[in-house]
Amino acid sequence: MFQFNYVKAKSLSDAQALIAANPDAKLLSGGMTLIPTLKQRLAQPSHLVDIGGLSELRGIEVNDAQLVIGAATRHHDVATSPVVKKTLPALASLAYQIGDPQVRNRGTLGGSIANNDPAADYPAAVLALDATIVTNKREIGASDFFQGMFATALEEGEIVVRVRFNIPKRAAYEKFAHPASGYAMAGVFVADGSAGLRVAVTGAASGVFRWSEAEQALTKKLNFAALEGLPLDLTNMNEDIHATREYRANLARVMTKRALLNMLAQK
Amino acid sequence: MTKIELTVNGTTHSREVEDRALLVDVLRDHLQLTGTHIGCDTSQCGCCTVHVDGRAVKSCTMLAVQAAGADIVTIEGLSNGDQLHPVQQAFTDCHALQCGFCTPGMIMAISAFLKDNPHPTDDEIYHGLEGNLCRCTGYINIVKAVKRSAKLMK
Ligand SMILES: Cc1cc2nc3c(=O)[nH]c(=O)nc-3n(C[C@H](O)[C@H](O)[C@H](O)COP(=O)(O)OP(=O)(O)OC[C@H]3O[C@@H](n4cnc5c(N)ncnc54)[C@H](O)[C@@H]3O)c2cc1C
Ligand code: FES
Ligand code: FES
Repeated sequence: MFQFNYVKAKSLSDAQALIAANPDAKLLSGGMTLIPTLKQRLAQPSHLVDIGGLSELRGIEVNDAQLVIGAATRHHDVATSPVVKKTLPALASLAYQIGDPQVRNRGTLGGSIANNDPAADYPAAVLALDATIVTNKREIGASDFFQGMFATALEEGEIVVRVRFNIPKRAAYEKFAHPASGYAMAGVFVADGSAGLRVAVTGAASGVFRWSEAEQALTKKLNFAALEGLPLDLTNMNEDIHATREYRANLARVMTKRALLNMLAQK
Repeated sequence: MTKIELTVNGTTHSREVEDRALLVDVLRDHLQLTGTHIGCDTSQCGCCTVHVDGRAVKSCTMLAVQAAGADIVTIEGLSNGDQLHPVQQAFTDCHALQCGFCTPGMIMAISAFLKDNPHPTDDEIYHGLEGNLCRCTGYINIVKAVKRSAKLMK
């Protein structure tokens, strides 16, 4: 790692001031992505501003048919929260599938969506549930937030404070995890909620996306057969040593079916 | 450089560390607690697992300054004097190690896991061990040791 100065922010406004005063500073939350990046010398921040312990950024609550989760809330806390398990069990299940216990004990919701790894799990839920990302400056809708591989609508130094998830009637997440890393080769979040029937796919392509053909077909007829033979655009599918485009597209189809079955089995 | 206090295995230490120093390096090089191993240094293998405020973390993926003020337990602090911790005892009983390199991390991960989940199913055990790799025992005896630990802890 290159040298940097570590500062523990005392509050959100303190973090904001520290970031503003140091243009080459970076936010540190759980560090599960940033520390490995620093170790590989892929980034050289002047300062790390640690927001991981800020109580203003933590917590889980239900407010007006929305589940509101602070950006620095750890994956473990989402996975095990009685509130999440009751109101949005699919999100608790998604969080339980991230990485491994040690990663879930440190990694946070805000860090995951700010990083927007194309194989990360949370972006699928954020998009399928039409969540709102609340930052220190504004509110951003999920469809504007994710902008392709590792890119988001966040401006330099903008801080994700919390995420508001619309609580759906029912929802499910299914992922085909890479056997070594645990990241999604394809992960599909299906939600039946206020924004209609939504199908968000992560892992398969260069960024999380909505499979609109599946959404339309399922809106007409909410059953398994509706998914048969639907087109799925291969242009942006990832292709690497782990899987071809076609294989990933097939995984996305299979995960969509599994998520649908899982969702339909709920009351 | 930053001056930090760490409580490790019940003793509070004060040390001046580089901001970029990893917790695992401070444990091993400053405090000579070399029971915590570095297997991969890339957050994959779990050899470096310790408890920070009661939760299992990979100490190769945490800065020592992030742990300032925290209560840390390493493999050296798990037993009660000469009396082995139930997970240590179970590893001995079930022959859950061969070279032993992964063992400290396995034991720290499992002892934390069983606190959350005292009566795990097989699937929960596999899921709970996701963060730890063993390159020689194979996992059969390690899984046996988790079950035995759960019994011993009753
Ligand atoms: C072994 C391993 C396996 C993993 N497996 C998975 C997996 O299966 N699925 C998955 O989804 N993820 C996985 N991850 C990634 C993990 O979920 C991380 O927790 C997550 O990607 C980043 O969250 P963090 O809190 O650790 O962020 P950090 O590493 O602290 O930060 C990541 C980036 O986000 C920025 N940032 C952090 N917080 C904020 C904020 N509030 N506002 C604005 N910017 C912010 C930082 O500046 C940095 O650029 C894995 C990680 C590891 C090490
Ligand atoms: S050395 Fe920390 S996970 Fe391998
Ligand atoms: S006992 Fe040798 S690596 Fe696990």
